[in-house]
Amino acid sequence: MRYLPLTADDRRSMLSAIGAKSIDDLFVDVPLSARRDGVVDLPKVMGELEVERELSALAARNKPAGSVPFFCGAGAYRHHVPATVDHVIQRSEFLTSYTPYQPEIAQGTLQVLFEFQTQVARLTGMEVANASMYDGSTAAAEAVLMASRVTRRTRAVLSPGLHPHYVHSIETLAHATSIQTERLRPAVDAEADVIEAIDANTACVVVQTPNVFGTATDVTRIAEAVHAAGALLIVVTTEVMSLGLLKSPGEMGADIVAAEGQSIGNALNFGGPYVGLFAAREKLTRQMPGRLCGETVDAEGRRGFVLTLSTREQHIRRDKATSNICTNSGLCALAFNIHMSLLGEKGLRKVAAVNHAQARKTRDALAAVPGVEVLTPRFFNEIAVRLPRPAEQVVQVLADHNIIAGVPFSRLDPEAGMDDVLLVAATEIVTDHDIKLLAMALSKVLSA
Amino acid sequence: MSSSMNTVGRPTAPTEVDPIHGFQSLTGGRGLLQDEPLIFEMDGWDKTGVDVPDADLDASDLGALVRRDPIGLPGLSEPETMRHYVRLSQKNHAIDLALYPLGSCTMKHNPRLNEKMARLPGFSDIHPLQPQSTVQGALALMDRLAHWLKTLTGMPAVALSPKAGAHGELCGLLAIHAAHDAKGDHARRVVLVPTSAHGTNPATAAFVGYSVREIAQTADGRVDLQDLKAKLGPDVAAIMVTNPNTCGLFERDIVEIARLTHEAGAYFYCDGANFNAIVGRVRPGDLGVDAMHINLHKTFSTPHGGGGPGAGPVVLSEALAPFAPTPWVVSHEDGFRLVEFEEGEAVQSFGRMNAFHGQMGMYVRALTYMMSHGSDGLRQVAEDAVLNANYIKARLSDVMSPAFPDGPCMHEALFDDRWLEGTGITTLDFAKAMIDEGFHPMTMYFPLVVHGAMLIEPTETESRIELDRFIEALRALAGAARAGEVDRFKGAPYLAPMRRLDETQAARQPRLSWKAREGSNLAAE
Ligand SMILES: Cc1ncc(COP(=O)(O)O)c(C=O)c1O
Repeated sequence: MRYLPLTADDRRSMLSAIGAKSIDDLFVDVPLSARRDGVVDLPKVMGELEVERELSALAARNKPAGSVPFFCGAGAYRHHVPATVDHVIQRSEFLTSYTPYQPEIAQGTLQVLFEFQTQVARLTGMEVANASMYDGSTAAAEAVLMASRVTRRTRAVLSPGLHPHYVHSIETLAHATSIQTERLRPAVDAEADVIEAIDANTACVVVQTPNVFGTATDVTRIAEAVHAAGALLIVVTTEVMSLGLLKSPGEMGADIVAAEGQSIGNALNFGGPYVGLFAAREKLTRQMPGRLCGETVDAEGRRGFVLTLSTREQHIRRDKATSNICTNSGLCALAFNIHMSLLGEKGLRKVAAVNHAQARKTRDALAAVPGVEVLTPRFFNEIAVRLPRPAEQVVQVLADHNIIAGVPFSRLDPEAGMDDVLLVAATEIVTDHDIKLLAMALSKVLSA
Repeated sequence: MSSSMNTVGRPTAPTEVDPIHGFQSLTGGRGLLQDEPLIFEMDGWDKTGVDVPDADLDASDLGALVRRDPIGLPGLSEPETMRHYVRLSQKNHAIDLALYPLGSCTMKHNPRLNEKMARLPGFSDIHPLQPQSTVQGALALMDRLAHWLKTLTGMPAVALSPKAGAHGELCGLLAIHAAHDAKGDHARRVVLVPTSAHGTNPATAAFVGYSVREIAQTADGRVDLQDLKAKLGPDVAAIMVTNPNTCGLFERDIVEIARLTHEAGAYFYCDGANFNAIVGRVRPGDLGVDAMHINLHKTFSTPHGGGGPGAGPVVLSEALAPFAPTPWVVSHEDGFRLVEFEEGEAVQSFGRMNAFHGQMGMYVRALTYMMSHGSDGLRQVAEDAVLNANYIKARLSDVMSPAFPDGPCMHEALFDDRWLEGTGITTLDFAKAMIDEGFHPMTMYFPLVVHGAMLIEPTETESRIELDRFIEALRALAGAARAGEVDRFKGAPYLAPMRRLDETQAARQPRLSWKAREGSNLAAE
């Protein structure tokens, strides 16, 4: 087997150095009833060519986003990622290193994390950011738990525009920890309804902007109400490219930001791996989950970086830790860091502007299709439209004609009674021609 | 001092100087290792490394929502970016450079075929919510991965969506919680965890609202059955036992542990981080396990990437399978379908753990790895991993002190610091001195049950020659320690990109992001 360097001779002489007669001697502690002599019933060793052939055949049964006009968003976005990003993340020293537990020989990773934390803090308008979470949804769930620890209250209010998968991820964790959640009925533009739902036991209010329907909301007034009640405001963003155009959560009064960072540097990957961004006000630092990288000096006084404040973490604090997270999304954070360093504020604002322009064109084109109603009033790059028939059917017909038109809201939340709502995202990869094709195909399907 | 000259008069042999105390470069660089600033210190405030057409920005719908204040994100041109990251990369150790013997972490070779397959557009460029008819190959891949994991573990079900080992632990405990609830048993508030457990075990139990009770360990490094019996009771929801355990030993009484646990009405969560030692040779399903996570980033070679991402699928027993988290893949007559909601066949599911379907990129890599090895190759993986660890243990036992000298270890060899007694050198010093010899240190001070622990896991992808090199380096260091060469250890590392870093200062005054120095954009040093 090509990944196994030991030869039969090596094995023999090593066994004799150990003083064992056979490899079975090394497995003596396994109970007899559990020892298996033969190999398990699975295919045998395969050459690179054969593996590649089989997996390529599976890959060929999928329709890649890049092969068709493509309008899916709803928490995962297809952006152009510069070639440099994928090249750098495949460098051995980044790809095949572990968590930087020995900082003297991990300064590459550590400096990247320090830069990443700074970029995330600035992008979200917050004071501190951690070294990443699994994804936006688990970051949001952890944010709710953190708010409950900070406020010593046990109720979370979830806004009408919070992504249903985020709602469910939060509920799963919250309910296991006796935090009650109150989720407001899904609505396109009603984030401010959370204000009415705040009570004396409310630990946090979770709002999303742009929300799952694409609606961007100024949460300043919500923040004031939340703070007046002694609770924390958690702002969720699933499309961080929007922060190149829209006011940051920090500027609008967020206490914690939980965001999906996939849009910067990372491919769609059918949902993972992605990179959860977690940022907060400085005074909350010691209640944050996850790893933090900090600046220090070495024995010669030179600046360097280390993992720090680890007394919050599982490997030190065990059952008193702020979270159980260990492995995070390091390499995806690197991809984010590289892409963001290439963009800079200048590039970010430009790409964001292109997104918004393409989304406006999409809105105008769809609004002109008979029977289609645009629901989203203010958006970055995604809108919700109402169709005269179930969105799922329409999307399927269009997919059969090689157009992937978006995400039916019912795919996320079948109970919401919004089967006719379609979420349509247009990033910079969407061309004017794609938009025209979508509008034409949609009119055809709807008039059929 | 000798200095041989070539024909153009340039010295080709280095001048002999004390490499540590005698020389400082003028710029802070160390030969090829540049002193690389942060991107915030490179004057990139008005630069970008992407060429994007100017859009006619009409943000009239957005009004006051438009971001006006500067964000403070510098950009770099492409060549500057490339250099920045290549320079940084050179300050990292990596499995591609040398043995990386971090016990419990399974730093094995990461095959590049995995990377190539994961980047096929049919896997990397598909959206989690595009119509299922357009992702049948991806669903088939998930189904096939599930089949391999179930077959290798001898378990009837698997939840793929957990995103790492700790997330898998969460999945297991949530399933256990749901299973007790379904029986109307709400009195079980305790999870038993051995003292030797990884920190994620007690942290996860507490995360889900359980209180943690520790189980003692025997002198030979295993779960103390008497103590376990004493602590099992009607208040215990589960035990979490790592097997092979964090001391690198197989729990000989594992079947009895499972029996006692079930007899007490609790479930058996097995931490499968060390599955590499037994894959293809032992099926956890034959041991009475109810749930076990598998770190695809350990046993199945997906890269650690400097800290992640990983993936932590959880295999489940019949008893726990109905409570598995959504989503999962089922096959029907015309293809594959995702079960995404807690209804119908998933009515007992404890719910969703994250936004989409888990770590597809890791699934592709892990399946590529499994198919490459096949059932026979995977069995050989376990055997070679165990052989390599025992070889290291055998060859170092006369100079270092093995924590459990009797009997074989599994895939990792655990030493304590008794052999350093009286030298004034600690496990930390010894680890830092290994860096000067070109090796990444082993896992230190874990597990907690062994004083000054040094946990060495070579994995199966090391050659005999590399193992011998490593062993000789450790033997030489052990000799130096005995000979009283204290400075070699206390000042180490000398030859790494950085000298020893001050972690105390970092924690005392946390600086967690870059801030401009007073009065300038740049941090002019
Ligand atoms: C024994 C053990 N359990 C659990 C974990 C946690 O796994 P992960 O880092 O994938 O969350 C680890 C990994 O570090 C481990 O070594």
